[in-house]
Amino acid sequence: MDVEAEEKTVSLPPAVKKYIEKQKAIPGSLIKVLHKVQEHFSYIPRSAAFEVADIMEIPVAKVYGVITFYHAFKLEAPGQHTISVCMGTACYLKGGENLLEELKSMLGVDVGEITPDGVFSIHTVRCLGCCGLAPVMMIGDKVYGNVTKEKLPAILAEYQEN
Amino acid sequence: MSPKKSFRRSLPNTRRIDAMAKLTREALENLRKENVHEEAITIMVGMGSCGIAAGAKDAYDAFVEELAKAGLDDVVIKKTGCIGLCYSEPNAEVAVPGMPRVLYGNVDCAVARDIVKKHIIGKTPLEGPNALRSGENIEIDEKQQRIVLRNCGVIDPENIDDYIRREGYCAIEKALFEMSADDVLGELKTSGLRGRGGAGFPTWLKWSFTKEASSDEKYIVCNADEGDPGAYMDRSTLEGDPHAILEAMAIAGYTVGASTGVIYIRIEYPLAIKRLEIAIEQAKEYGLLGKDILGSGFDFDIEIRFGAGAFVCGEETALLASAEGERGMPVPRPPFPAVKGLWGKPTVINNVETLASIATILRNGGEWFGSIGTETSKGTKVFAVTGKIAHSGLIEVPMGTTFRDVIYTICGGILGGKEFKAIQTGGPSGGLIPADQLDTPIDYENLQALGSIVGSGGMIVLDEDDCVVDVIKFYLEFSVDESCGKCSPCRIGGRTLYNMLRRISQGAGKLEDIPKMKELSHTMQKASLCGLGQTTPNPVLSALRHFEEEFMAHVVDKHCPAKKCKGLVSYRIIPEKCIGCTLCAQKCPVDAIAGKPREKHVIDQEKCIKCGECLKACKFGAVKYE
Repeated sequence: MDVEAEEKTVSLPPAVKKYIEKQKAIPGSLIKVLHKVQEHFSYIPRSAAFEVADIMEIPVAKVYGVITFYHAFKLEAPGQHTISVCMGTACYLKGGENLLEELKSMLGVDVGEITPDGVFSIHTVRCLGCCGLAPVMMIGDKVYGNVTKEKLPAILAEYQEN
Repeated sequence: MSPKKSFRRSLPNTRRIDAMAKLTREALENLRKENVHEEAITIMVGMGSCGIAAGAKDAYDAFVEELAKAGLDDVVIKKTGCIGLCYSEPNAEVAVPGMPRVLYGNVDCAVARDIVKKHIIGKTPLEGPNALRSGENIEIDEKQQRIVLRNCGVIDPENIDDYIRREGYCAIEKALFEMSADDVLGELKTSGLRGRGGAGFPTWLKWSFTKEASSDEKYIVCNADEGDPGAYMDRSTLEGDPHAILEAMAIAGYTVGASTGVIYIRIEYPLAIKRLEIAIEQAKEYGLLGKDILGSGFDFDIEIRFGAGAFVCGEETALLASAEGERGMPVPRPPFPAVKGLWGKPTVINNVETLASIATILRNGGEWFGSIGTETSKGTKVFAVTGKIAHSGLIEVPMGTTFRDVIYTICGGILGGKEFKAIQTGGPSGGLIPADQLDTPIDYENLQALGSIVGSGGMIVLDEDDCVVDVIKFYLEFSVDESCGKCSPCRIGGRTLYNMLRRISQGAGKLEDIPKMKELSHTMQKASLCGLGQTTPNPVLSALRHFEEEFMAHVVDKHCPAKKCKGLVSYRIIPEKCIGCTLCAQKCPVDAIAGKPREKHVIDQEKCIKCGECLKACKFGAVKYE
């Protein structure tokens, strides 16, 4: 839908552009640049990827090659709050999958999708390294440990009020 | 950018880092001798990622507030790294001069306030479940020994002075002024230190290859792309003791003739990145990194490069490609990175834990380190013990410690008193250790003989409720997803193995699948391009070796003994026990249970998604699953 419209509205802010120009001189800085772009937009818009290629004077194909290789880079806008459910081994054993199922049915969306009100999107992550608190999930930067189905409504409510 | 609270500033001799110029050797020595905290009451709050997730920040704020309320401005409150007792986070240690130190667990705001009132003001330590340990050596129990984690949970990782006071930057000083490069190599050789990232390659040999390679430029790369799901010792080390890594990299640089270090770290560890950045900045200001370190003429600088989430980047050649900003695809070896690595130059790649042992080895001598451990595996190893374990957390034990000691003596046994089933070591590249091997001493050779590896040190404990087929399927799914797709044995072989496992877990497995899986696994081990593909089948082979009867139950009897594989279990209502309370029907998320109040209920097997909610809801034991 509206790829054209999106492309018109999204363009790299001067600060990010300046950052990229500075990084351009340092060999092998593409991943760093893409992290910066994603930090700004919370994903990498198509038009931004083209701009990156332009500024860094590299083929767009190379930019997309890197973006699509790594889990961290997203090509679609996430919700206002991203919920990352840990799918590491310890979390898996302690019911991380059930948690994910419950979240999906509570919010009515699948992994990678955004709720109709745009508030949440669900993602899975490999391991947050908080295995002692398994099962773990993260909303934005905040990590929640020992999460149970019963705790979910209260946790989500923290974000829905805003 | 000073993280210190106002209490700190009133302390004698506490320097502001920004006020310091480059250190001379003498100034460094003076700094080491400072003992600013000895006389003061100290509270140390564990603020690693998991501590913070469990609420350590709130506890910290509660301490600060309560201390301020009581007007106690001479109490030192420190943010430290993780002490390793993840099951009891947030943790806080309280030291009152003249009294034994006490380690508290599950410290929420109320407990924090209580500690200030009773322990600090009232001089009576709290008793009960929050008081975990007390005495002199409260970081560890007698079975453990801390070399890698020696500073974690003890120092403030954002304060270089704290590190220096614990003999920090002694080893680099010793190397620069008292040892030749060959002396350092000799010491490492005597120590017997082997790479802690997985393969266990002798560290001194790796360094010597790079030292011998002639080149105008060489690099030291720290692999902090800890990707094994279930292992987090590197995160914890970086968060708790970042300077130890910087010091070790500088020593490596001096030894092999490199002047640039690169830390390749995964972006999922924001706190570790932040603390590394602070540490690098502080070390540069002190002149412990940069040009002419301590006036020795040796230059060494460190930069950080970020990963972006790709397990294959744990493979050396893929890591280097990623550090160069490219797709993280591996290339065939040789040439090895030791000769042709980052930007085509000779490169030492060591993982975090390996580097974390280096400074201590140089300080205490290779012989000392070599006296710890077994014949072939020296020193200590950090393990992340998680899964169905009572006290999950990070432990550091001498090589040669038995699994039984780890599980039962140190980590408190199986969660909820269930039956032990197996330990998965080495993550997706490792294998299962069955119950009859609990008394095996842990070292590289023993684990290899059992069909597993030490790997990065993840130990996932499985209990009787876990199904081996299900867990192995989980690992295969992971490896298949993480395969870069470059070589066909890994790309196609992994997928095929996964599909076979999925069929077996759904009850559609055939007897001939078992030999086929073995054959395919051996092919992958031999023909895959890199370590990822070569080790992907390890969990499968190990499970078939130690738990073949469980596979047979799935394949022949179409039965999952652990009742975990959803395709092989069914939920039914026992009519004699059902009183028609409707609770199960209310809980069922897919409306698969039919029945009127006070009538027997029935589960529609077609609709049932086997979530188990009805079983949990029923108060009369009327739901059975088999």
